[in-house]
Amino acid sequence: MSDGVAAVSKFLTWSVVDGPGNRFVLFLQGCNYRCVTCHNPHTIGVCSDCGACVAVCPSGALTKDGRKVVHDPGPCISCDSCLSACPTRANPMVRRMTVGDVLDLLRRNAPFLNGLTVSGGEATLHLDFLIDLFTAIKAAPDLAHLTLFIDSNGNLPAEGWQRVLPVTDGVMLDIKAFDPERHRRLTGADNDLSLASAKLLADAGKLYELRFLLIPGETDHPEEIAALSDLVHELGPDTRLRLNAFQHHGVRGPAATWAPMPRAGVEAAAGVLKASGLAEVVLPSVWLP
Amino acid sequence: MTETLSQLRRIAQNPTLSFKQKEHALAVEAENMLPYVLLDAETRAALDARIICDMYEGNAPYKPRYVLPDYEVVLKNGSAHLELPKPETLDEAINTLQIAYHHVPSVTGMPVFIGHLDALLLPFCDGVSDNELYRKIKLFWRYIDRVLPDAFLHADIGPTDNRVARAILKADAELKQVAPNLTFLYDPEVSGDAILRLCTDNIIACSKPHIANHPVHREVFDEPGYAIVSCYNALPLRGGAASLARVNLKKVAEASSGEADFLDVQLPRYVNLNARLMRARVDYLFRQSGFFDGNFLVEEGWIDKDRFTAMFGIFAMAEAVNHLQDLAGRPGRYGHDAAANELGHRISARLAELVGREPMEHVWRGVAMLHAQAGLSSDAGTTPGVRIPYGSEPDPVSHVQALLPHHKHYLSGVSEILTLDETVRSNPEAVFQLAKGALQLGFREFTANVTGNDLVRVTGFMIRLSDVKLYNAAKGSRVNTTALGAEAAETVHILDRKPRVVGLELMAGSGV
Ligand code: SF4
Ligand code: SF4
Repeated sequence: MSDGVAAVSKFLTWSVVDGPGNRFVLFLQGCNYRCVTCHNPHTIGVCSDCGACVAVCPSGALTKDGRKVVHDPGPCISCDSCLSACPTRANPMVRRMTVGDVLDLLRRNAPFLNGLTVSGGEATLHLDFLIDLFTAIKAAPDLAHLTLFIDSNGNLPAEGWQRVLPVTDGVMLDIKAFDPERHRRLTGADNDLSLASAKLLADAGKLYELRFLLIPGETDHPEEIAALSDLVHELGPDTRLRLNAFQHHGVRGPAATWAPMPRAGVEAAAGVLKASGLAEVVLPSVWLP
Repeated sequence: MTETLSQLRRIAQNPTLSFKQKEHALAVEAENMLPYVLLDAETRAALDARIICDMYEGNAPYKPRYVLPDYEVVLKNGSAHLELPKPETLDEAINTLQIAYHHVPSVTGMPVFIGHLDALLLPFCDGVSDNELYRKIKLFWRYIDRVLPDAFLHADIGPTDNRVARAILKADAELKQVAPNLTFLYDPEVSGDAILRLCTDNIIACSKPHIANHPVHREVFDEPGYAIVSCYNALPLRGGAASLARVNLKKVAEASSGEADFLDVQLPRYVNLNARLMRARVDYLFRQSGFFDGNFLVEEGWIDKDRFTAMFGIFAMAEAVNHLQDLAGRPGRYGHDAAANELGHRISARLAELVGREPMEHVWRGVAMLHAQAGLSSDAGTTPGVRIPYGSEPDPVSHVQALLPHHKHYLSGVSEILTLDETVRSNPEAVFQLAKGALQLGFREFTANVTGNDLVRVTGFMIRLSDVKLYNAAKGSRVNTTALGAEAAETVHILDRKPRVVGLELMAGSGV
């Protein structure tokens, strides 16, 4: 998919919530799920250069150059009008970056970093880029100390994991739901691949953290929590499990009217999971008011 | 006169000030009934317009602003004047220091420096168990906070990893007191990662210590070295700072027609006027106040008359740069835009050059030391030193990168506060790496607040948020600096320093 180039929607030089230590986070554009609860829906689509966003841009940062829509960061005022105007949940501000570009950025910030986490969208859609990037980092003496993580929904077959895992230090895996019907309704996709990925990653010793989003009336059902407990027991009860709470932040479409997940509900679910024998259940470190 | 009298009456009758605080405030008022040190008309006008500022140090400087005694002298020799024998045990050493502190003058009326405590106390620790040491330090800490409750009061530890430093860090995290403020002098060759990690874990617990880049500071000073005191000022040990006066860069920018006029005409003019103000004040201290004459601190060698520098402060760099950007029609803002940041770096370099050209009599090495000044509680509409305005700071890594090139110019200190959001509590490794990275790249000092801590840094000193709430409810605070902090919180929106919930940043999909 890449020739050493990927569509990057954003990067951060400071993140303390994407793995151990301070991590450089690279957000790649495009996702194979269509989660109704997505907090970053503008990372899902791939730009078709339709031009709908150019008309709404108040600053002239977006222009058409031939068939291509071009973004100029200079005048951009970060109003995000283009994001809401896009019919395909893409982002005209995405920039194409080479492996070399990313290495430059890492070098500039290396003294501050413990590692790199590639997120999305869905990072594994850019598998060749990931492999090229991680291989290059591991081969660079000044960067080889960085730990390399992938944040994924797990919708990748075993063959894919086998290619990327040798250069990957850890994976943070999101399980969206256990009931197949619910998973399809929430994400537009089946969950068999992602459940298989959880087992594969745990067996390979590369599952850094399993993540589960609690949505009231959906994934906080007792049978979902019980299935989550069963899965973690199967993976090894020491597996680090992180519970996230559904919020409206950034959500578009019908889920924007759903109730947010209350703190008490998260704590109740965590109580049940811990009582079932799970060793490490991590709760959100900040509760939004 | 009636105005003065009613001011004196307001102090005497103020229900929120303690007896001690009133005494100090009354003394300040009395000093200011004297005529101001002699200034030429041009300097006087710039001072009245507050383009240059004397920090309201008082009309007749009769004591140096900051005094950094070499406490080793009294621990080695005792004191004839104070009739103190040379201490032999840890208890005696701590007791000797406690007595010594009461004889050290400063602008706040309390000492701003209480010693390189680990180096001072280690020789007395043989045969003292770790547990005993820790209990004694805790009592010492309680004494300092209750008897000398001023957040400008500063202890230094490091650069070695040693028992006393560890006991202090442990007690400090546990007690979470405003005083003393604390700096660890970090030297990558000597300190080691373990104690740096203890320091960054302490920052998460109580926003202290402040971490100074020891090799960078050390090369500025000769023997017997330096100390970090008050709001992160690096000053000669066995001396200090005679005075501090500062230039309001925002006002200088407003008096300029553009960047060239600012750099080539106005800045040189106001640097010169500020230097004249400093000379007048320093001259009064050295030649008229009699401070150094017959002073036992001088006679016994705690301080040396020749080791007092003068601090040349600047503030409101952010507003100055943004104003010059506006004049040039450039939209980029300080802290965020590469060109704006670069303009700031050029201003700092120019300041260092100009200050180096202003000779100062009586002053250590004959020139003042440049200082990015952390602010006064009355500074409205300006940002301390070279900091990025409250509430608009970029993420901590970009923040450090944006300010780094300033640091080499501010030999007597540049205080920057990085605000970290609460998510770092579950990821202390990240704070460690941030500190290490910043120091490795040459940051002179690393200072951070974690939101959610009751104990936070305001313009440079520590304050308890719960004290601010109490003070605002018109109850007096035991701690001197709370009044300053409460004023700062209201006038310069200090508590707005923006915490960033990093997990939410992606919500705005804007470019990088
Ligand atoms: S970002 Fe969306 S609206 Fe803009 S050109 Fe691409 S597809 Fe069209
Ligand atoms: S965020 Fe999008 S719409 Fe807004 S100024 Fe930037 S490019 Fe234009």
